[in-house]
Amino acid sequence: MNQEEQVKLLGLWGSPFSKRVEMVLKLKGIPYEYIEEDVYGNKSPMLLKYNPIHKKVPVLIHGDRSIAESLVIVEYIEDTWKTSEPILPQDPYERAMARFWAKYVDDKVILALWKACWGPETEREKMVDEASEDLQCLEKELGDKQFFGGETIGFVDIAADFIGYWLGLVQEASGVTIMTAEKFPKLQRWSEDFVANSFIKEALPPKQKLVALFKTKFGSAKSK
Amino acid sequence: MEDEVILLNFWPSMFGMRTMIALEEKGVKYEYREEDVANNKSPLLLEMNPIYKKIPVLIHNGKPVCESIIQVQYIDEVWSNKNQLLPSDPYQRAQALFWADFIEKKVFVCGRKTWATKGEELEEAKKDFIEILKTLQSELGDKPYFGGDQFGFVDIVLIGFYSWFPAYQKFGNFSIEPECSKLMVWGKRCMERESVAKSLPESEKVIGYVLRLKKLYGI
Repeated sequence: MNQEEQVKLLGLWGSPFSKRVEMVLKLKGIPYEYIEEDVYGNKSPMLLKYNPIHKKVPVLIHGDRSIAESLVIVEYIEDTWKTSEPILPQDPYERAMARFWAKYVDDKVILALWKACWGPETEREKMVDEASEDLQCLEKELGDKQFFGGETIGFVDIAADFIGYWLGLVQEASGVTIMTAEKFPKLQRWSEDFVANSFIKEALPPKQKLVALFKTKFGSAKSK
Repeated sequence: MEDEVILLNFWPSMFGMRTMIALEEKGVKYEYREEDVANNKSPLLLEMNPIYKKIPVLIHNGKPVCESIIQVQYIDEVWSNKNQLLPSDPYQRAQALFWADFIEKKVFVCGRKTWATKGEELEEAKKDFIEILKTLQSELGDKPYFGGDQFGFVDIVLIGFYSWFPAYQKFGNFSIEPECSKLMVWGKRCMERESVAKSLPESEKVIGYVLRLKKLYGI
């Protein structure tokens, strides 16, 4: 597979999973054509062709081959464009740690945060406690590093994009507060540094549009 | 300096089997430690995997690696001189990771329902399980292994479940062979490999274990 072959990305404007891929493409200076998918309304023939198994975005199309699952795509980009700005460390142990924490964010943290904000009122306290505990693990892992990746944005930072940008807006839309500067000073500072990066900033969906989307899509389902 | 490799495991775990197979494929000498996960997790396990407190845990020169798929990738990268498990080509590697993720998301949860549920839920689970296996069988196609001619990553991620197939079939009262004969042939082929034969428990033992679990949970 040639670096010069055309890159297309099937994505969803508000999705943190879709945005992970865009962030990495922008960080590495890889040109690509973005195609917005109407995932909830009308999936395109292209999407069904290139991700027949899950029928979800993001899907990266490189030449005529496709890759699905955001973190798999990120590793593919890392392996294919071996230029500057590595996202993963070179050392096998450090790589294993990066993959572990990215998986932790994916499997546990995001779901816990989402359930805490949009779940039933009766479960609220328990879910908020659980999500807070999960965030504490990340706070500890971040420590005094500028980013999870060290001095530059890495695999875990990309995986944690939901926490860096979306979480604040979900908290605003749902009225549920889990991450505050008081409770999570390191994560708070990290999220500010993360979204301040020019390539990341370029990829982020507009705040008000997201908040409005959350309120309409999930707010009505919430019992208050 | 010689490497010190310890594996904390629980013998029925299809996740632990992955790590064992990878270590065996690479010819890595390691110390196997059985964990009493139900009643008495060792202090070492709790120290080395404080987040999940689960097996398998791979401890390499005192440093822990958790999560079986991540362990297999790690083993492949550290002991890179022998029996490469993941493809070198980035696209082939991405496909392997994609299918490992598919297996991870689908097989365990659905498989568990075949012995842990009943009635309509069980009927639904059996249908879903066969569909999942058929999807995997379709991906295998006519290749001897998922990666092609060589035994590799995706085979390692899936094969542990093969030792559980008899248990699923017995307690779920269904048969995998009719619609998944090619996959069963693949399973037998993998079992001919020493690394796999050494790492998978006998199916009768797994059946006994599931029986005990069912009694324990009153299922």
